[in-house]
Amino acid sequence: MTGVVSARPTETLEPEPERASASGALPPGIDLKKLAERKVVPLRHPLRWIVTAVVLVLLLNFVQTLFTNPSWEWAKVGQWFFSPAILKGLQLTLVATGISAVVSFLGGIVVALGRISPNPVLSTVSWLYIWLFRSVPLILVLIFLFNLGNLYPTIGVGIPFGPQWEVPTFTVLSSLTLGVIGLSLSEIAYSAEIVRAGILAVDQGQHEAAKALGIPQRRQFTRIVLPQALRSIVPAYVNQIIGLLKASSLLFYVSLLDLFGVVQNLGSTYPTDIIPLLVVATIWYLILTSAISIVQYYIERFYARGSVRELPPTPFQRVRRTLAGVRSGERETVA
Amino acid sequence: MSIAIEIHNATKSYGDKTVLKGVDLTVEAGTVTVILGPSGSGKSTLLRAINHLEQLDEGYVALNGELIGVRVQGDRLKERREKDILRQRAKIGFVFQNFNLFSHLTVLDNVSEAPVSQGAKLKEAREHARGLLTRVGLADKESAYPRQLSGGQQQRVAIARALALEPEVILFDEPTSALDPELVGEVLQVIRGLAGLGKTLIVVTHEIGFAREVADQVVFVDGGVIVEQGSPADVLSNPRHQRTRDFLDKVLA
Repeated sequence: MTGVVSARPTETLEPEPERASASGALPPGIDLKKLAERKVVPLRHPLRWIVTAVVLVLLLNFVQTLFTNPSWEWAKVGQWFFSPAILKGLQLTLVATGISAVVSFLGGIVVALGRISPNPVLSTVSWLYIWLFRSVPLILVLIFLFNLGNLYPTIGVGIPFGPQWEVPTFTVLSSLTLGVIGLSLSEIAYSAEIVRAGILAVDQGQHEAAKALGIPQRRQFTRIVLPQALRSIVPAYVNQIIGLLKASSLLFYVSLLDLFGVVQNLGSTYPTDIIPLLVVATIWYLILTSAISIVQYYIERFYARGSVRELPPTPFQRVRRTLAGVRSGERETVA
Repeated sequence: MSIAIEIHNATKSYGDKTVLKGVDLTVEAGTVTVILGPSGSGKSTLLRAINHLEQLDEGYVALNGELIGVRVQGDRLKERREKDILRQRAKIGFVFQNFNLFSHLTVLDNVSEAPVSQGAKLKEAREHARGLLTRVGLADKESAYPRQLSGGQQQRVAIARALALEPEVILFDEPTSALDPELVGEVLQVIRGLAGLGKTLIVVTHEIGFAREVADQVVFVDGGVIVEQGSPADVLSNPRHQRTRDFLDKVLA
């Protein structure tokens, strides 16, 4: 109807008798009822195809250089990829990231609870912590920590102005420990905010229902609130872990040889291999991030239980279903 | 008959807005009390004060003679520790307008969660929960998640969940207000069944027909006070106050 109207916009407003019926404006000899039995032809998008073609051409151009430009030195990439030095750096990256990720998640929960707490001292201290470690660059935190021996030659706890228990700073803390502490300190500040946002996203009614049922306080959090909060925490926190994975390369500046540090060192020893070494590091980071993303997908799926009516199929299920569809389609055509 | 719930001088304000102005109410064991009133009248606050979801500024609520949420200390009423309040709440079932089922738990886990959290054996709690689900007509839905159910089914699960602790009184806060009209009946049917079993029920609702049929006592609240109370025949058919009449005219229109 609108098509008919816009095709003849200047026409008189007086209603024409034929236009009252749907088929009124049709050329003679065409039966609209017949057309209605056939599939409607969807609108075509030629521009989309052109853009796609341009993007593909550019992409192929780049891929081609990967093979034709000898400076990539793929043979050397292959040699370095599993070399003991690289693997050792990779191990340090994984250990530092892994421990920091776990520590900062747990610490983040504690600081988040502190911020939400009605106790003004706890919430102010938590706020100050977050404020401090979100303001200071990670590299500054790390270098500060590695000079901790100058600032506090001994560390200990004690009752203020009362008895103290102290140990020399550097005998207790290895440089890896210091590195992990540094990463965690700043990471906790970010994850606290992620956890807090997740907790706030849980409907107030869930807290009320848990209270009304007399569920003990700790269980209200671990069984009712946290699992629902995790649904929004997980994507943001995984993002944070990926950032952490890459931020761990800053450990190089405090003489810890992580993946990036090893590549940097090898690069100065073998200056001609710098490009293949950078490629090796890039590929390893890609692999690690991909692995994290896959884990994220399944964790998210787990916490989506109950929040959607039906879980979407996993990629594997999707592939299997498509294959099954193709096969049954074949059978149909055969039959 | 013994008194199940006694409310005395219930007073509550938010900032300078007073929502309850010294309400007195007694509910006898095994009876159904329906609380009516326009929105903002304080009826929900009154109901939520019974299980201490709202803390009263003055006054008290007693369940079978035991003060809820407060205790006597010297010459004052003092709020109890959260732990004790949680234990007391287990004796008072609460059904919310928006169901508030735990959306990440299955129907069966929703119903068995409270008993398990309070020390019941998982297997026994589940057996009991299955029995309750059968009673509300949802035995076949135990492994569904709340969002996979209709509103009426969710509210029936919520009732089963409230029953799981075998409470001495069950409070309903507008249990059918969030439901599509065709789903109201199934929920009211379940509540009617509980009344038939001699449970003590307090129901905030706008379902006048239900009140007429099931209630032993109807309470009309407006402006933070009880304007009128009595048998359904008195309050609903022969209201003595103009405010009650106006409200009923609006609701029944």
